Amino acid sequence: MTGDVGKAVWLHAGVIFTLFAMQFVLPDYHHLIATRVMVLAVFAMGYNVMFGYTGLLSLGHAMFFGTGMYTAGMTVYHLGWSVPLAFTAGIVSGAFVSLLLGAIALRTAGVSFMIVTLMFSQVAYLATLYFTSYTRGDEGLVLPAAARSFSVFGHVVDLTDPATRYNLALALLTITVIVVFKLVRGSTGRALVAVRENEPRTQMLGYNTFVIKLESVVISGSLSAASGAAYALLFAYVGSSFTSIQYSIDALLFTLLGGAGTVLGPLLGSFIMFYLIDIASSYTAAYLLVTGFVLIGLVLFFPRGLLGALKTRWLPWLP
Amino acid sequence: MAALTLLSTDKLERSFGGLRAVREVDFELRQGEIHALIGPNGAGKTTFVNLLSGRTRADAGRIHYRGRDITGLPAYKRVRCGIAYTFQITSIYPNLSVYENVAIAIQGSDKFKVSDKTAEAGFCNAVLSVLGRVGIEERARDKAGNLAYGHQRLLEVAMGVALEPTLFILDEPTQGLSDSEIDGFCELIIKIGESATILLIEHNMAVVMALADTITVLHQGAVLAAGSPQSIRKDARVQAAYLGSGLT
Amino acid sequence: MDFGPYLFLASLEGLVQAAVLSLTALGLSLVFGVMRVVNVGHGEFYMLGAVLAWWITSLISIHPAAGFLIALVLSPVLVGVVAYAADRLILSRLDYNPEATIVATIGMLYVLQQLALIYFGPDARPVEAPIYFRVQFPWFGYSGYKLIVVVAATGLLLASWFVIARTRVGLIMRATQFDGEMARALGIPVRRVYSLVFVVGAMFAAVAAVLIVPIRQAHYLMGLDPLLLSFIVVIIGGLGSIRGTIVAATIIGMSDGIISVFFSPTLAKMVSTFLVALVLIVRPEGLFGAKIR
Repeated sequence: MTGDVGKAVWLHAGVIFTLFAMQFVLPDYHHLIATRVMVLAVFAMGYNVMFGYTGLLSLGHAMFFGTGMYTAGMTVYHLGWSVPLAFTAGIVSGAFVSLLLGAIALRTAGVSFMIVTLMFSQVAYLATLYFTSYTRGDEGLVLPAAARSFSVFGHVVDLTDPATRYNLALALLTITVIVVFKLVRGSTGRALVAVRENEPRTQMLGYNTFVIKLESVVISGSLSAASGAAYALLFAYVGSSFTSIQYSIDALLFTLLGGAGTVLGPLLGSFIMFYLIDIASSYTAAYLLVTGFVLIGLVLFFPRGLLGALKTRWLPWLP
Repeated sequence: MAALTLLSTDKLERSFGGLRAVREVDFELRQGEIHALIGPNGAGKTTFVNLLSGRTRADAGRIHYRGRDITGLPAYKRVRCGIAYTFQITSIYPNLSVYENVAIAIQGSDKFKVSDKTAEAGFCNAVLSVLGRVGIEERARDKAGNLAYGHQRLLEVAMGVALEPTLFILDEPTQGLSDSEIDGFCELIIKIGESATILLIEHNMAVVMALADTITVLHQGAVLAAGSPQSIRKDARVQAAYLGSGLT
Repeated sequence: MDFGPYLFLASLEGLVQAAVLSLTALGLSLVFGVMRVVNVGHGEFYMLGAVLAWWITSLISIHPAAGFLIALVLSPVLVGVVAYAADRLILSRLDYNPEATIVATIGMLYVLQQLALIYFGPDARPVEAPIYFRVQFPWFGYSGYKLIVVVAATGLLLASWFVIARTRVGLIMRATQFDGEMARALGIPVRRVYSLVFVVGAMFAAVAAVLIVPIRQAHYLMGLDPLLLSFIVVIIGGLGSIRGTIVAATIIGMSDGIISVFFSPTLAKMVSTFLVALVLIVRPEGLFGAKIR
């Protein structure tokens, strides 16, 4: 068993290292895309904790992403907070909102749960459109360049610099990978899977499954909020579209494609899907058609996603 | 040996719609015994046991366990108090390995904290030792859903054993097993009975007669008779309720 | 206008909303009740109904009423065909697994929506009402067609109640809903019942859309709001309960309509969601849903 852990650690470290090395060879356009995708991958990985590992299908994760994004963005824009403070505020607000939502939504299960998460997310979206004095509604907020640099130990970090952005995104991704990896391989991960696989049985083994599910929601929501906060600060834009249903579906899509229930699956799914849509949108305005077909295709032929299929057939030690 | 009451119920009551499934049941379980609960189909045995384990909430009445009133306690807390339960229809984690199934049980029992590296090896041994007690340790790596039915049943018992329970409730454990498997099962139950009190719902009279110290007979939701196997066997009301079944 | 008459006007608007919502939500509820799956693409069947109605009426230019009536019949039929294809090709292959169906129907949502974008275009297009007359109340004139919509919807709801409660087909559907295994054992072709229910559910949404399209316009994104409202209705009413659906639809439709008139549609949506939260805290299984414990 311990040999497996070693292999897994090397694989994940290798992926991180490859991403680090890539920044020196990528042309500008792809450099920017990679930065974006890494941040979104954190969102998808957060989603995966709830969906892939705990088996809770939520269609409202854009709300957590949006919470982080708007908290971080608005505190910088309206209150002039520094980047690290705004980022922390983003995560904390995400944790709080997910705790609240979890406490309500987990009173239902299955389909009702999905619908409830969808509903609340939609309200959040409408709220961003309604309170235009704070959010500028559809237009969104653009963060001024001056607010996007901060000093750490006397060293100035400037977020308008692509290399800085890339490495900060990578750092966030690395932390997320470590967090999820440890979570999944530890006792909490085992409890999450137990709840997913057979909740009544898990209760009858002495587990408080409500608390376990709530934990899962909070961890998931916090990671998603971290992603949103990072996105706002790195790309200087806060907008309603990021809290829309489409974004919630994207989280599901990236996770399914890459492999739900694997640590790196969402990362892989994010990269592939992002490029697919990028290519499709250069041909047609109806590029979401691709999303539709991918979802249907995945669920019909490829339910475990890419890494999931890999794990089943060849690499059972893949976490 | 002091006959301590481990669990007792006081006028326990549960209805479903118009049907009174459990009617004012007074029940007593002594520590250390193997107690069988029998009765024709629909007598309310599973409902009663669901009330004990906490899976169903009682409409009226009290349940006392180790001197505590646990009537309002949710199921998972009762498990933590030492009550283990196997389902009538085997409920395990079919997609996970046999090892993982027991690992989840052991981890949940609070008796094993996996906080550091040194504990990890001990954890692994604990899982394998539980599997060994039940006799399926060679299958640790197999997917639980691929096991033969009898072995799945054993796995479920192993998960209960892993909790080191004070009270072990088994709901029709020998159903679907072959004769040789049943013999092995009886031996296992006797072994477990050395360290836990056992409440058994059973239809198989041979098993009941061989294992039980005390028998309670349920009929249409109420207690018809309770006592030693010999007295139950001779009881005319019980024979009437079981008309045609092989009680003798 | 004084408050009283204004409230009356808002109530009429709410009634129209409730009528159309009842039909739409009924389709969703039937599908869940019998098949135990959620069709996230349900709103797109609605949209498709409206879009096809526009197409049909634009082809038939004799008289708006004639075109509309033909659309009222033909559009749901065409939508039913699409639904049938989706069921055969996708849903039955998934064995109606709840989670897989949700994902697949999300995919269907995108496919139908984007195809509408490609062939119908991004603009909103109006459809002429079949009949134009004003009902004169003491305080204001009201569109007669809107009242007809309410009457038509009520008629359809009564008809469906009759079919479900009083006919053999309805009995088969209820039996399948009650116990699918048993139904199969009794020789009921469960797969065929599922297909039928899915098609009927889609057709309900389509009819509702055709009725409403002369009032609102046809737009490729119009399916989202009805979907969300239907979800709210079905949660509050209790998944699988027809009676609950109709009661909840009336409540939600009325409140949505009234608040929209007095305040704003956005606020109305927020109120509806708040109601959902309230119901869930108090009764997780909805007003009429079966108690879990």
